[in-house]
Amino acid sequence: MSEMYDVIIIGAGPAGLAAAIYAGRSRLNTLVVEKGIPGGQILVTDWIENYPGFPDGIAPFDLMDAFRRQAEKFGAKIVMEEVRGIRPDPSRAGGWLVAVGAAEHSARAVILTTGAAYRRLNLPREAELIGRGVSYCATCDGPFFRDQAVAVIGGGDSALEEAVFLARLCRRVYVVHRRDEFRAVKVLVERALNEKRILPVTSSTVTRIVGTETVEAVEVRNVQTGKVDRLEVAGVFLYVGLLPNSEFLAGQVVRDDAGYVITDDEMLTSTPAVFAAGDVRKKSLRQISTAVGDGAIAAMSAVRHLQSLQAGHV
Amino acid sequence: MSEDVIHVTDAAFDEEVLKAQLPVLVDFWATWCGPCMMIAPALDKIAQNYKGKLKVVKVNVDENMKIPARYGISGIPTLYLFKGGEIKERKVGYLSLNELESFVTPHL
Repeated sequence: MSEMYDVIIIGAGPAGLAAAIYAGRSRLNTLVVEKGIPGGQILVTDWIENYPGFPDGIAPFDLMDAFRRQAEKFGAKIVMEEVRGIRPDPSRAGGWLVAVGAAEHSARAVILTTGAAYRRLNLPREAELIGRGVSYCATCDGPFFRDQAVAVIGGGDSALEEAVFLARLCRRVYVVHRRDEFRAVKVLVERALNEKRILPVTSSTVTRIVGTETVEAVEVRNVQTGKVDRLEVAGVFLYVGLLPNSEFLAGQVVRDDAGYVITDDEMLTSTPAVFAAGDVRKKSLRQISTAVGDGAIAAMSAVRHLQSLQAGHV
Repeated sequence: MSEDVIHVTDAAFDEEVLKAQLPVLVDFWATWCGPCMMIAPALDKIAQNYKGKLKVVKVNVDENMKIPARYGISGIPTLYLFKGGEIKERKVGYLSLNELESFVTPHL
């Protein structure tokens, strides 16, 4: 069954749901397609404390559930399906077809809000030991390493946030970072350095994950001295950057070398009627707050695009 | 939550999974795990779509510790596919509905 929409939003994280609120309030016939559940990547974190309006912080699930209800209140339809691809509509100039599950729906504008996932380091044994000590989700897997030693790899916000979370459960948390200083926001660095159970291992890269059935240790190499150390750990948590969920867009919109979708200030991609917002977009700061701003702009750009279609200017 | 998905305890696992007539997809999960919540709708769909061909069960690792320990689970969601009491497939982390289908269909 093919359905017609004014706008199809792909991904129901903060950017997609914010776009849905603005599109719904503009009375666009709006479909949001989400392959997991509304919320997206943010649901893997433990607690949100930098989103304005919540001085005591808020649980990711509660915040995203409120976003979802607000989007639905203004008429957006949210379905749990996976988008397989998008292509120009051969029967309608300027329109798009979005392959949703077994169907293909048409839209006059598309907003890409597919986000990003945690990147793998691709070390030997990393893939084999996922779920046997290698993890990308401290809140999911931390409880399996209670009173044991673990290592967090990375020095950004996610790495330090999750290290602090793990320090509540684990005996010892090494934080291995390739630079001599953590690049996370100061409040997180201070919190991590004040934590007795956290041991920073700076200027170091992981060279090997050791273990046959389960993780037994990681080997780290100091990039200044060349000295190799072995950290005996049962778990390794990797926070070494993001990988945009943009593979399915290959050939349809211009992306940078890392796969991020390139847009202008109005969130328009290289392709007319296709907008992008949130973590999937090439930008400098990936936060809920910036995703929300992107989403609002993308929706209003889509509204203007549809108005100009109606006026016959495009 | 779909009624086609069965919640299984440590005590019932051998009977419900290892001795089952049908192939069994087992999801080890917990309420505090975001990706576990994200994969739940796809599991419900798989259970509906393959009713009579595949049994879908969930083991809550908070309430049941013996079975997760038996299989050395230290990351969730972890999915196992059992057939005739034997492990046929294992996968850790979020899977989309399409990926879940490719995970189970070779064994049906």
